[in-house]
Amino acid sequence: MHPAYSVILFTTASGAGYGLLALLGLVGFNHGPASSLWFGATALVIALGLITLGLLSSTFHLGRPERAWRAFSQWRSSWLSREGIASVVTFAPALVFAALWLGFIASPEWIGLAGLATAALCAVTVFCTAKIYSTLATIRQWYQPLTVPVYLAFALATGAALLMAIASIFGLYQVFQAGLAIIALALTLVLKVFYWRRIDTEQKTRTIEAATGLARAGEKVRQWEVPHTAENFIMKEMGFGVARKHAAKLRRIMIAFLLLAILVTAATILVPLLAIFLSIIAVLLSGAAAVVERWLFFAEAQHVVSLYYGAERA
Amino acid sequence: MTQPKIDTSLKTWDEIKTTTCYMCACRCGIKVYLKDGTVKYIEGNRDHPVNKGVICGKGASGIMQHYSPARLSKPMLRVGERGSGEFREIEWDEALTLATSWLAKVRREDPKRLAFFTGRDQSQGLTGWWATQFGTPNYAAHGGFCSVNMAAAGLYTFGGSFWEFGEPDWKHTKYFLLFGVAEDHASNPIKIGLGKLKERGVKIVSVNPVRTGYSAIADEWIGIRPGTDGLFAGALIHELLRNQKIDLDYLTRYTNAAWLVIRNPGGADDGTFARNANGEPLIYDAVIGRPLSAHRADTSPKLVGEFTLVDGRHAIPSFMLLAERFLSDDYSPTKVAETCGIPTQTIRRIAAELARTAFEEELCLNIGWRDWAGRIHDKMIGRPVSMYAMRGISAHSNGFQTCRILHLLQIMLGTIDVPGGFRYRAPFPKPAPPGVKPAGKPGQVKPNTALPGPPLGFVTAPEDLLIDKEGRPQRIDKAYSWEAPFAAHGLMHTVIANAAKRDPYGIDVLFLYMANMSWNSAMNVAETTAHLTAKDETTGDYIIPHIIYSDAYASEMVHYADLILPDTTYLERWDCISLLDRPISEADGPADAIRQPVVEPDRDVRPFQTVLLDLGARLGLTGMTKEDGTPRYPGGYEDYIVNHERSPVIGPLAGWRGKEGVFHGRGDVNPKQLERYIENGCHWFYELPDHVKYYRHANRDYLEWASSFGFIGRPDPIIFQLYLEPLQKFRLAAQGHGAIVPPEEHRQRIVRYFDPLPGRHEPLEEALRDKIEFPLHAITQRPMAMYHSWGSQNAWLRQILGRNWLYLARSRGEELELCDGDWVQVISATSRIKVQVKLMDGVNPHTVWTWNAIGKRSGAWALSPDAPEAKKGFLLNHLIAELLPERDGGYRYSNSDPVTGQAAWYDLRVRIEKAEGESEISAPQFPVLKGFKGIVGRRRA
Amino acid sequence: MTSLPTPRPNQKKLGLVIDLDTCVGCQACATSCKEWNTQGYSAPLNDSNPYGASPEGAWLNRIHGYEVKAPGEDQSRIVHFPRSCLHCEEPACVTVCPTGASYKRAEDGIVLVNPETCIGCKLCSWACPYGAREYDYDHGVMKKCTLCIDRIYNENFVEEDRIPACVKACPTGARHFGDLGDSESKVSRLVAERGGYDLLPEMGYKPVNKYLPPRQRRADEKMQLVQSEPVKRDGKAVMDDFFRWADRLLSR
Repeated sequence: MHPAYSVILFTTASGAGYGLLALLGLVGFNHGPASSLWFGATALVIALGLITLGLLSSTFHLGRPERAWRAFSQWRSSWLSREGIASVVTFAPALVFAALWLGFIASPEWIGLAGLATAALCAVTVFCTAKIYSTLATIRQWYQPLTVPVYLAFALATGAALLMAIASIFGLYQVFQAGLAIIALALTLVLKVFYWRRIDTEQKTRTIEAATGLARAGEKVRQWEVPHTAENFIMKEMGFGVARKHAAKLRRIMIAFLLLAILVTAATILVPLLAIFLSIIAVLLSGAAAVVERWLFFAEAQHVVSLYYGAERA
Repeated sequence: MTQPKIDTSLKTWDEIKTTTCYMCACRCGIKVYLKDGTVKYIEGNRDHPVNKGVICGKGASGIMQHYSPARLSKPMLRVGERGSGEFREIEWDEALTLATSWLAKVRREDPKRLAFFTGRDQSQGLTGWWATQFGTPNYAAHGGFCSVNMAAAGLYTFGGSFWEFGEPDWKHTKYFLLFGVAEDHASNPIKIGLGKLKERGVKIVSVNPVRTGYSAIADEWIGIRPGTDGLFAGALIHELLRNQKIDLDYLTRYTNAAWLVIRNPGGADDGTFARNANGEPLIYDAVIGRPLSAHRADTSPKLVGEFTLVDGRHAIPSFMLLAERFLSDDYSPTKVAETCGIPTQTIRRIAAELARTAFEEELCLNIGWRDWAGRIHDKMIGRPVSMYAMRGISAHSNGFQTCRILHLLQIMLGTIDVPGGFRYRAPFPKPAPPGVKPAGKPGQVKPNTALPGPPLGFVTAPEDLLIDKEGRPQRIDKAYSWEAPFAAHGLMHTVIANAAKRDPYGIDVLFLYMANMSWNSAMNVAETTAHLTAKDETTGDYIIPHIIYSDAYASEMVHYADLILPDTTYLERWDCISLLDRPISEADGPADAIRQPVVEPDRDVRPFQTVLLDLGARLGLTGMTKEDGTPRYPGGYEDYIVNHERSPVIGPLAGWRGKEGVFHGRGDVNPKQLERYIENGCHWFYELPDHVKYYRHANRDYLEWASSFGFIGRPDPIIFQLYLEPLQKFRLAAQGHGAIVPPEEHRQRIVRYFDPLPGRHEPLEEALRDKIEFPLHAITQRPMAMYHSWGSQNAWLRQILGRNWLYLARSRGEELELCDGDWVQVISATSRIKVQVKLMDGVNPHTVWTWNAIGKRSGAWALSPDAPEAKKGFLLNHLIAELLPERDGGYRYSNSDPVTGQAAWYDLRVRIEKAEGESEISAPQFPVLKGFKGIVGRRRA
Repeated sequence: MTSLPTPRPNQKKLGLVIDLDTCVGCQACATSCKEWNTQGYSAPLNDSNPYGASPEGAWLNRIHGYEVKAPGEDQSRIVHFPRSCLHCEEPACVTVCPTGASYKRAEDGIVLVNPETCIGCKLCSWACPYGAREYDYDHGVMKKCTLCIDRIYNENFVEEDRIPACVKACPTGARHFGDLGDSESKVSRLVAERGGYDLLPEMGYKPVNKYLPPRQRRADEKMQLVQSEPVKRDGKAVMDDFFRWADRLLSR
C-alpha cells in the first residue's frame, strides 16, 4: 500500500496526542485537581494540538475535504465513520476536562470523571483507527489480531514519552512517568516484533491462481500483459512494494529507535538531572520509531488486488 | 438516509447521426451521439452489415481521435530546410495555386514525374482515377507493403482472396484454420465470426508464431516458424494426397486440374496449356478418347495420363504435376517438421482432422441451384472446413506462393464457396485473374494526356509489363517490371528510395496522402529520411524537388513535406466505401456505405478528396472539368460521389440509383442518393437469394446476375487456376523464348521464382543471411486496440499501449540470461536498435516479436517529446533493409516478393545481445521534431 | 446507507457473465466503457497528462492478460481477463464507506457511488479485493462500474440497447448481462452450463458477476488418417498408387 504521508502523520501525531491526552485524563482522575496549571495547559495544548494536527492532516488525504462532515453518518457499519465520530466526541470531555483542570469551570469534583471519560474516548478513537485497518480482509498484513494492540501501544508509548518530557520541563519529572514510558515502549516493541514475526511466517494463502480462478486443474498462472502500459490509481495506491532488504533495514531502525528510547528513558531514572534533555530525546526517538513503523505498516502491506497485477501470492 | 434517486433515463445527446468508422480499415457502421454539435459517444450500428452493432477498442475511442491535439489546422508551406519543421501557415488558395503550378508543369512536360501514392486511403476509386486522368502511371496505395501477396495470389488462383474479398462461412463451418492473422483486417467481422464458432464449439486452429489475440482462444495453437507456412500447408496437401482424401470431383469441375500442359522441355511452348484453334484450353476426354475444349460441359476429363495431341505434342493434365510436386518428399511431414517447428505427428493429425471434417462431416443445404452449364443440382454440398490468412503469410518474400499453397489446400478439400467453406464477398468472384491490365507503357504516358487505362491491373504475360525496349521499369516503384511483374498494388515502399536514387528516373513531385512514409511505413527509417532530404550535389536542390502531403494529423511524415494540405477527421467528411474500391460486402450480398459529416470542421481544413477534385479541375483534367473548363464537381467529393459515372449507369455507390432511386447496381445518377443512404443508416446491403449464395464461381444464376450488376464482364464460370500459366510464360521468357525477354541479369531469378505450380521457397533474406549470425526471426503484430501510428495520439489508446517491449520465448530468454525488463541490442544486417524485453511462453522459440508501430519519433503527433512512445517504444522498421544484399554485378533487388513486389518485412533476421549499463531509453533516438505544438484539442463539453 | 439492503425474496441481481473462452482481449469493452461513462452518470472520467510522458486516467474496466500453464505442459495459454466491479452481494466497499456515498441498490443489487456525497477517502478501494474502484483525481471522488445504470433503464434507448456499453460493444459476444438472481435467466443458465465461477469466493464478498472458464482445448491427439501409418515405399510407388486411385475414381 502506498504510504501516504498525510495518513502517516495523522495516525502517528493523533496517536501520540491521544496517548498523552489519555494519560493526562488518568492523571486527572488519579490526582484530582491538578497541581500545575502551566504543566496542564501546555500538555493539554500539545495533546489537543497533535490530535487536531492529525485530524487536519487526515483531511488532506480526502478528495473532497469540504464534505468531511458526511463521514459521521455511517457509524453503524464503518470504522472510519466511527473513528471520525469518536475523534470529535472525544473533544467534548477533553475540553471539559481541560476547563476543569485550568479552572475555567470551578467544579473540581468532576475532573476525575471527565479525565476518565477522556481517557476512555481516546482509547476508543485509537481503537477505531486501528480497526479501520484490521478489518480489511483485503490486506493480510493489516487483517491481524495484533494490529489494534500495536496501534494502542504506540499511542500509549509516544504519549507516555511526551508526558514525561513535558513534566520534566515543568520540573514535575517522576520516576513513575519514566517507568510507564519504559513499560509502554517495551510493550510496543514486543507487540510489533510479534506482529512482524506473524506476518512473516504466516502462510500467504491468496494466489494469482485463486484470484483469477484460472488454475482449477493445478495450472500455473503468470501475468502476461498489464492492462495498460500507463499507470493507474490501483497500481499507485495498492501496487506499492518495498524491497525486503529495505524493509528489514527499516525494521532494525525502528527497533533501535525504540530500544534507545527505552534506554534514554531509563537513563532519566539514573541521571534525573538530565531528565529534560533525555526525555526530549526519548520523545524524538519514540516519535521517529512511530513514523518508521507506520511507514512500514503501509509499505509492507500487500493488497489482494496485486495478484491481478502479477503478484504470485498475497 | 434513503437510496439516492438517479435519473436512469439521462439523455446526454440531442441528436444521433450514422456514419462509417475510420479508426481502422474495417469500416464499421457507427452511430455518433451529439450534443450541441459536440461528439459525446460513438457506438456500433446494429443494422450495419459489417459490424452488426458491435464496435472495437479503436472504434469506441474515435472521439479522442476526432478531438486530438495533433490535428492539423491550416495549410502550411515549408520555409526552412526540409525536415526542420519550419513552416508558415498559408491560405488554401495559395496552397492550391502552388500545388497546381508544380503539378501543371509536370503534366505539361512528363506526367510520370509525378509520383502519387496514398496510404490508408479509402478512396482509391477516386485517387486511382485521378492518377489516370493526370496521366501518371506512378500511382498506388499502400497495398505493396500490406497485403498484395494475399490479394494477388487469391485473385490469380480463384478470383477471390482472403483479406476483405471473402470470409469463412461462420454459420456452417465445422473446422477453422487461421494462418498468420493478428487483427489485421476485417477486425470486427472476424471477431464476430470467432464468437459464433465458440458458440457452436467449432474447433479453431491457429497457425501463428505468436499465441496472442485470436490465437489465444484457438483450440490448438501451432507455433510455426515464420515463413514456413507454405511447407506446413504443403505437407497437409501431401498427407491428403497420400491418403487419397481430396475432392476429385470438385477439382475436375471447378479447376484447371484436368487442363493439359504441354511437355516439351526446352521448347517455347513447354509448360503452357494445350489449346485448340479458338485458344480454348484442352482436356482429355476419357469417354471419347481425345482432347476436347475444357470449356465444354459434357466431357469426362481425365486427371491422370500422358496424351498425344493432334499435332503430336505430348501433354499431361496439370493435376499430375501438382500431385507429383506435393507427393514428393519435399513436402512430407517428416521432411518439413523441423523447418516448420511442428512435430510430424501434429501435421499428420491436422491433415486427418481436415479430411474427416471435409469428407465425413459433409453438410448439405437443401437449396437447388444451376451450374454454369445449366445443370440443375437439387442441393448444395458443403465441406465445412474454412481457412483465413493475413499478413503473417503476406509480408514474406515467399508470400505469394505460400498463399497459393493455402488456396490449393482449400481447393483440394473442395471448400471454396461451398457451405461451411470459404465464401466470396461481392464483387468477387472475378475471373482469375481479373482482366484489367495496367496502363503506363512507353507511349501511353504523354504530356497533358490521360492514361488509356488505370495504372494498376493484372499482368498475365511479359507483353503486359510496363517496361521499355531495354526492359527498364517505367514506373518509379518498378512495379510491373521484371523485378515485380505481378505488382497488383504497386510498391509504395520503394518509391522514396528509387526517387532519391533517380532509379529508374528522377521525379519532380512526390504527392502522398495518409502514409507515414518517413516513419512506421518506411523500411529503414534513417535511410528514408536521408532520401527525403537528399540534395543534388551539383545544383544544391533537393533531389525530390517538391513533396506535397495531405493528412489530418501531425505525423512524422508531415515534417518532411514542402506543402501540407490538412485533411479533416473522419467525422467531418463525406466518403464513399465503394464497390469500385475495397468492398465491405458480406458473403450474403454486396454492400457499400458512405461517411457523412456529423460535425463541421472547426479548423481551416478540407477533405482531401475535395481538394483532389479541385486540383484536377485547376489542372483541367478531362474527367474533372466540363467542356467549358469549369469544375465538373464544384460541390466537392459529395458531388462526385453522387454524380460521377465510371461507366454509364455505374457510379461510386450501388444503392438507390436512377432518378427515382429504385435501381441497385446499375442505374442513372440519383440526385437524392446520399439522402437515401443517410435514411438507411449510411449503408446499403443487397442480400442475395439463397440459390446464388454458394458455388458462385460456377453458379449460372449468380454469374448472370453479377454480370448484369457490372461485377464481371461476362457470365462465364470462373475456373480456379491451380497451375498458373502466366507464371510459366514469364519463366519461358526468362529462358529466352518469345518476343519480350528479360535482361540477362534478371533471368535466373525469374526462372527460379516464376513457378506455375504452387510451391514454397525460402524467403529471400533468409536465404542470403547467415543463420548463425542472425538466428532469430523478428516480426510484428498489430495490437487490437491500436491501428498503427494513428492510435498514439489518442488519449485513451495510448494509455492502453503507450510503449512496447520485445517479446521472446522464455526458453530463449533463459538461454541468453535475460529477465523481464532487461535492455538488449537487437542487431540485423542493416542496423541495430536498443529495446526492453519481456519473456513469454506463447511464441515460437526462434522468433522475437513486438507490437507494430507503437514507437514514435520524439516530438511527433503532438505528444510531449518525452512520451513513452518515443523514449521506451521502438520500431523494428529500423532493422529492415529496403534492398537485398548486392548480387553479382552489384544490382540490389528490393526486399520484396519476386513475383508481386510485396515488401518482405516479415523476413527480418536478427540476433540479440544484452545491453548493460546504458541509459533506460530505447535507441535509436532521432532529433526531436519541432514546429507542431498541435492545436488545442476541444474536449467534449 | 452503507448498511446493506436486506435481500428480498427472488432478489434481482443484475450482473455480467464474462466468457474467458471467447475473449480475445480487444479492449472494446474497456474503451466503450470509458467512452460512455465519461459522458453519462459517471461523467467525466478524468484523464491526466493525456499527451504527456505519463498519461493516466480512471477506467472502470481493464483487460489483463495471463499466461496459464497446465502441469506437464511446456506451452501455456494466454487468457484475456476483463476486470471490473463484480457488484458483490456482500460488498465490503459499501460497508466501510463513512459517508453512505457507496451503496448497494435494493432493487437490483447494483453497487454505486453517489458522486454528490463521496468525500474521496479511498477506503472503499482498499476494501475491494478486485481493484474495481478507481479514484478520479480531478474530481476527488471514487468512480466505479455502474453496470451502465444510465443505459439499462434508459427509456431513450430501444429495448435491445438497454444493456451496458461493454456488452453492446463486445465483438466476440464474450460479455453477457442479465439477472443472476433469476435461475432461469439466460445468464444463469450460461453459468450453470459452463461452470461459471466467482473470483476469490473464499473472501466472502459473494460476487454477482461470474466468469466462464476457458473450455478444455480439443487436441484430438489420436486422430489419424486411415492410411497414415508410414508405409515404407518410395515416392514413386506412392505416386503411382495415388494416380491409380484418382484415375479409377474418376472413371466410375
